[in-house]
Formats: sequence, structure tokens, C-alpha cells
Amino acid sequence: MGPIADRIASAIARLYGARGWSTLAAFALVLFVMFPLCNLVVPPGNPFYLSAYWVTLVGKIMCYAIVALAMDLVWGYTGILSLGHGLFFALGGYAFGMYLMRQIGSDGQYRANMPDFMVFLDWNEFPWQWWNSDQFWWCALLVVLVPGLLAYVFGYFAFRSRIKGVYFSIITQALTYAAMLLFFRNNTGFGGNNGFTDFKRILGIPITIPETRMALFAITGATLIAALLLGRYIVTSKFGRILAAIRDAEQRIMFCGYDPIQYKLFIWTLSAVMCGIAGALYVPQVGIINPGEMSPANSIEIAIWVAVGGRGTLVGAIVGAGLVNGAKSFFTQAFPEYWLYVLGLIFILVTLFMPKGVVGLWSQWKNRSA
Amino acid sequence: MRTLLIALWLFASGAHALEAAIVEKLAFGESDEQVAAIAALVAAGDEKAAAVLQALAEGELQTAGKSVLIVKGEEATDAVTGAKVAPLPAEREDVIANNRLRRELAGALAGLKLISPQREIRLAAAKELAGGADAAMLPLVKKALEKETDAELKSMLGQIAAAMELKDGSKEARIAAIRMLGGSNNPNTKMLLLSVLEKGKDGSFAEPDEEVRRDAQASLRAVEGRLAWGERLGILFTSISLGSILLLAALGLAITYGLMGVINMAHGELIMVGAYTTYAVQNLFRAHAPGAFDWYLACAVPAAFVVPAAVGMLLERSVIRWLYGRPLETLLATWGISLVLIQTVRTIFGAQNVQVENPGFMSGGIEILVGVVLPWSRIVIVLFAAAVLTGIWLLLTRTRLGLFVRGVTQNRAMASCVGVPTPRVDTWAFGLGCGIAGLAGCALSQIGNVGPDLGQSYIVDSFMVVVLGGVGQLAGTVYAALGLGFANKLLEAWQGAVLAKIAVLVFIIMFIQKRPQGLFALKGRAVEG
Repeated sequence: MGPIADRIASAIARLYGARGWSTLAAFALVLFVMFPLCNLVVPPGNPFYLSAYWVTLVGKIMCYAIVALAMDLVWGYTGILSLGHGLFFALGGYAFGMYLMRQIGSDGQYRANMPDFMVFLDWNEFPWQWWNSDQFWWCALLVVLVPGLLAYVFGYFAFRSRIKGVYFSIITQALTYAAMLLFFRNNTGFGGNNGFTDFKRILGIPITIPETRMALFAITGATLIAALLLGRYIVTSKFGRILAAIRDAEQRIMFCGYDPIQYKLFIWTLSAVMCGIAGALYVPQVGIINPGEMSPANSIEIAIWVAVGGRGTLVGAIVGAGLVNGAKSFFTQAFPEYWLYVLGLIFILVTLFMPKGVVGLWSQWKNRSA
Repeated sequence: MRTLLIALWLFASGAHALEAAIVEKLAFGESDEQVAAIAALVAAGDEKAAAVLQALAEGELQTAGKSVLIVKGEEATDAVTGAKVAPLPAEREDVIANNRLRRELAGALAGLKLISPQREIRLAAAKELAGGADAAMLPLVKKALEKETDAELKSMLGQIAAAMELKDGSKEARIAAIRMLGGSNNPNTKMLLLSVLEKGKDGSFAEPDEEVRRDAQASLRAVEGRLAWGERLGILFTSISLGSILLLAALGLAITYGLMGVINMAHGELIMVGAYTTYAVQNLFRAHAPGAFDWYLACAVPAAFVVPAAVGMLLERSVIRWLYGRPLETLLATWGISLVLIQTVRTIFGAQNVQVENPGFMSGGIEILVGVVLPWSRIVIVLFAAAVLTGIWLLLTRTRLGLFVRGVTQNRAMASCVGVPTPRVDTWAFGLGCGIAGLAGCALSQIGNVGPDLGQSYIVDSFMVVVLGGVGQLAGTVYAALGLGFANKLLEAWQGAVLAKIAVLVFIIMFIQKRPQGLFALKGRAVEG
């Protein structure tokens, strides 16, 4: 075996053991084989048929899971609780939404060559933010660049002046709140309250047909797995150990000669980029993006996904995002008035009694039985 | 003796009765004669003349044979003598007022109101005329001006007269009028002066005389200056008002954060609980003691303190106590508490906003200039915030609990070593912080609607106050709250509310680069505070 193959093999061995890889393979099988089969091939009415509702729901939850992974990297591993991750998610969504809005072409309500809200506001040309937004590659670049750059600049200033703990959390909350107010304005140029919706096409393909939906679903699934592996790669490396050390004793790691700012900044920016990508995948599947996504409440909810699943375990973040959002879509349909109670109690009980989350419960139980 | 009496009677009737000829002209004459009669009645300017004109305007003036009657229901009085006429003559005819007459009447009545003996009626009439009056009213206004004794009304009438002169008077009259208008603080005056300076389409001025225009310029500057001051005063006041609200909202938060290092995300919801407590007390008063409704705040303020304080102490004992040393988890847990509180209030009171009525003494306001009103409710809140601040200051500096709170804030371990019961201090201080939040809610209920989401809209702002002000000293919170109030309102006047808020948030983010611990941080040597 050559040295490269050696390294790949050792990386594979480092990421997960045999059981981990086989679980992942099973997961991939469900996503890439079972879902397309049950949705596209199995006829409606058949007990194995999966309706579009389920595809969209699971696709949406997978986007959230990517966000939860990103959150776990900064909170669970580095000890930085961000209450503004919803902002990066929404920015990614808006960046890609611009492209989707341009793809509507002149099929909007006003039959104009511009998005409806611009016609409504009586604008004759695109504002500067929309420059080149009809190009897929440009918007895809923005999805990465905008959240990444914002996070880098914000993080640089915040980490440099050693803002940490609850102070940092509060400031990130203020950041997303400010952005929400900004995006609520019509003059900001992103559709005000209503945001972007009524998408028609993506890359020229109609967006509502089952095949497109399934393709988006599969891309989201692949991104989720890639994000998981990337996260795993980071946290099992030496770099990841330093992150954990920053979380546990930032002073000490500083006095050992490391510069925590660089480490924090890297993981913080990476996390924001992951959120941006998740947002970009979210928008075409759900079909709407508006400033409500930036509300402080949304961002705090991201933290609870991670807390429910178990901080400091990447799988936990995914499990948590799935559990909380599954419960949310169940309760908001069946018992809408109880959802806030449930969510509130999850916040309280998980922080009080399950510091390691659901995944932690599993290991607790295993230790007891052993 | 007898002749003297007759002379007296004649004199008296001359003063109290109208001239019969005028009234008859009004009742029986042609249109032109009627108009002249109205003018004559206005010139007479007494109550009976007003009564006759009023009756004509309302269609109550009737004629029976040669006499003119004011008929109200089944009662009739003679329009000339004012004597009761009974029984009602069977044959009566209405005096019809045509459109031209009605127009004249409306002006005449407004003019007559200016000389009414009641001050309120005069004031209302003057205010109406100040909005824009017909030039024909000028003699009336001048007449009223001569008679007027009230200083405020006199200046108002003077300006109204000047505004009229401006249109029709001679050059000297116009200049005098313009100089007079320079003393005004009414936005309408500004428009009026601007119209003098306006250029027509052909480039000629609306006012041909150069001298008049120069005077108008000077007057305009004076009026604009005064208006600008009014505006500035208004902004100053709203800034202080916003600052005091922020102060109320943030004080409790600063105490709990300073003491325990935990951010209480449910703080906004405790504000809301305080507001709903006020609402409940208000409803109790309305149902059981409507007579004492104006005094419900005397009961609501203590209640709005006690209820959230009790909730807060309960939370401290049941949730927050178990999370010490884990501030981030506390943040999440208190967020959960806030969600539960919101939904509980929604379940009890409904999701709709509820209205809390101000007690009588808090409605209305002081009008410092035309269009610049300082509402009493906001003035009371500013005073209330000052009172709460003083109370807390006394509590922290003059009581044993205050001493303990300061001790624990500065050094928990050391305080504990010298025998301060830190857990109990925590509970009480948390209760105190939540109680102050409740007071903030009580204040907010007086100036806006109360809804389950009330707290959410204040939470970010009050965090910003704490972040900016630093913890451990009340002064920091006070300066930060007032500073943010001013910054918000000044920027708002300049760039609109949303951009102002964003600018302030960005400023705070920049600011804590320089001073991560806020404006007034306690000095220490630790690497980590």
C-alpha cells in the first residue's frame, strides 16, 4: 500500500470503529435507497409509500442536524455558546434564495423580470446586493462567504477582546436580533417581512416535482454525512484536543503557549459556514425564507437540540435535532398550545437532569448494567 | 320718581333687549338685509344676539304674525325681548336660512364664541380659528382681542388677527402682523410665513413688497428656531422616558447577573408577569371598587413587586440553585422557564393583548408647545424609575441584606468564609431582581398594551444595558440605560427606528472591544473576572 492509502486507512480507522462505520452505512442506505424507492417508485396507497410531506420533513430536519453539528463543534467541544447561529443559517438561506428568486424569471405575479417585491416597491433595477445573483456559482459562493466572513470578522473582534461565557452569548444574540431588524426593512432589499418565497425553478428544473425534491433530499443527506465526518475528523485530531482544552481550561492552554484565539476563530468560522450551507439546502426544500429565521428564539432552540442529544458527541447533535424537531412537528400539529410547555420543560429538565443528553443516558445505562 | 323709574326701565331694556328692527330684518327681510342683520347682531355681540343666531342656525327661529320667536320644543321665547310667550301661537312659520346665510351664520357664531364669557368656549373657538380663518372675521377677532383679559388667549387672538392681516392688510399692517407672528410657536404660522415668501410660477413673489419679505424672513427664522427647540425638548423628554424604562427593565437583571453571574433569560417574562399582575389588580378594582379606581396603582405597584419576586424566589430555589457554576446551562434553563411562563399566561389570560387603563391623573399631558405634549403617564414613569432607583440604592447601601449582596458580588468565597449565608442571599437577591422586573412591567402597562410577548421585546435591550454598564455598580446601569435611551432616540430622529437600533447594537459590540467588562467594572487582578 502507498503512503496516501495508508493515511486514508488510518484516518478511516481513527474516525469510527467497525460498528460506527456500519451504522453510518445503514443510515446512508436508508437515505439514499429507501427514501427514493419508497417515495418515487412505490405507488401512492401502498403501505410502504412515503409521501412528499415526509421527504420534506426529514430533509428539513437533516438541515437542522447540520446546524446542530456546527453548534456542537463550537459549544460542545470549544465551550462557546452561540445564541446567534440562526443568523448564519438564515444568511446562507438568503444568499441561495436570491438565486432562486432570479430563477423565477418573469413567472412572478407581475410578469416582470424582477422579483415581485421589487416590482411592488417600484424599483427599476436590482440593488447592489443582487449583483450577479442570477449565476448559480456566485450565489453558491455567497452561501459560504457571507456567513463565513461575518463570523470571521465578528469572532476576530470578540475573541480578541476575550469576550467569553454568557457575555459572548448575549452579544451573539444581539447580533442576530440586529440582523433580524435589518432584514425586516423593505429597503434592505431582501423582501422585508415576507422574505423570499414562491420559488419556481432551480438550475432551470422545476423545483416542485418529486425528482427535484428527492435530489435535494439526497444532497442534504450527503452533506450531513460529510459534515459529520468532517466534524469527527476535527475532534479526533490534535486540533480537536486543543479545542476541548480551551473549553475546559482556557487559561492553562494559553499559559502553555497556545493562542486560543486562532483555534476559536477557525472553529467558529467553520461552524458558521456549515450553518450557511445548511440554510442554502433548507430554503429550496421548505420553499420560504424570512427574517423570522433570525429571531433570537430560533437560535436558542439550536442550542437545545445539541443539549438534548448530548454535548460533545457529534452523533448526539444529530439525534437531538431529530428528536426535538420531530416532537415539534408532532406537537404543533396535534397539540399546538402545549408545544411551548414541552419545549420549555425540555430546556429545564435537560439542563437539570441530563447534562450529557440522550446519548449520555445510553452510556449511563450501559455503565449501570455492566 | 315715576319718570326716573321709567327712564331706568328704558335704559335696562335698551341693554337687555335687542333692537327689534334688526331681528325683524333677519326674520322677514330679503337675503341682503338678512346678511346685514347678522353683521349687526354680531356687532351687538351679546348673549341674546348669540341665542338668535344659534336658533337660526338650528332652525328654531320662527315667526308668528309680526313677532319673532325662538321655539324650543313646546316653549317659545320672544327673540327681541327674551320674554316667555305662552301659549304657543298656532300659526307659525320657519325662518329659512339659505346656503349663503348659513355660511355667514357659521362665521358669525364662531366669532361670537370668541366673546363668550366662558374661557373654555373662547379657547376652543380661538384654536379653531388658529387652524385657518376667513378674512371676514378680522373685525370680530379684533373686537374680541380688545375685550380679552386672559394672557394666553390674548396672544393667540393676536396671532390669529396677524395671520388675517397678512392677507389683506396695508403694508404697515402686514409688517406689524409679520412681526407679531414672529412670536408664535405654532407650526401653522411657519406655513403661513413660508407662503409669504413663496415664489409664484412666473418667478414673482407672492408678497410684492421687499421690506415685508425681509421681515417675514426674520420672523420665519424666529419661529423655526422656537419650533426646533420644541422638537429638541420633545426628543430630550422621550429619551429620558425610554432611558428610565430601560433602567427599570435592566436594574433587576444587573443585580442578579452581578451577584450570581447568571443571565436570567426569563427576566423579560417576569416583567410581563408584573404587567399582568397590574392588569389583574386593575380588574379587581373595576369589579369591586369602581369608586377607588384612580387609586388602583397604589395596590398594583406592591402586587407587581411581590408576585414576580415570589415567582423568582421559587425559580431560584427549584431550578437555578442546581446550576451554579454552569452559567451557560442556567441561561438555557431560564429560557425554558420563560417559554413556560409565556404559555402559562397565554392559557390564563388568552393570547390577545389586554388593555390596562391609566388612572385619571395619568391621562393627558402638559403641552409645552403646540404639538409637543409630555404625557403624564411618561412623566410619572420617569419619577417612578427615579424612586425605584433610590429605593434600591438605599437597600444596597443601608441595609444588612444590601451589605451581604455587595459582599457576595465582590467575593463570594470570602463572604461565605466570614459567615454570610450566601445561599439565602442568592434567593433574596434573585427575588429582589425579579420584583424590580415586575415593577418595570407595572410601569410598561401604563404606556402600552400588555401581551404575553411583552417581555421578549425588552429582553435584548435590557441585556445591552447590563453589558454596556457592567455589573457591580448601580451607576453603570443608570448611565448605560440613559445613554442608550438618548442614543436610540437621537438616531431615531435622524435615521428611523430600525436603523437606530441596529446602530446602537453595533456600537455596543464595538464598545465592549475596548471595555469588555462594561463602563463601570469592579477592578480586580484575576485573569478572568
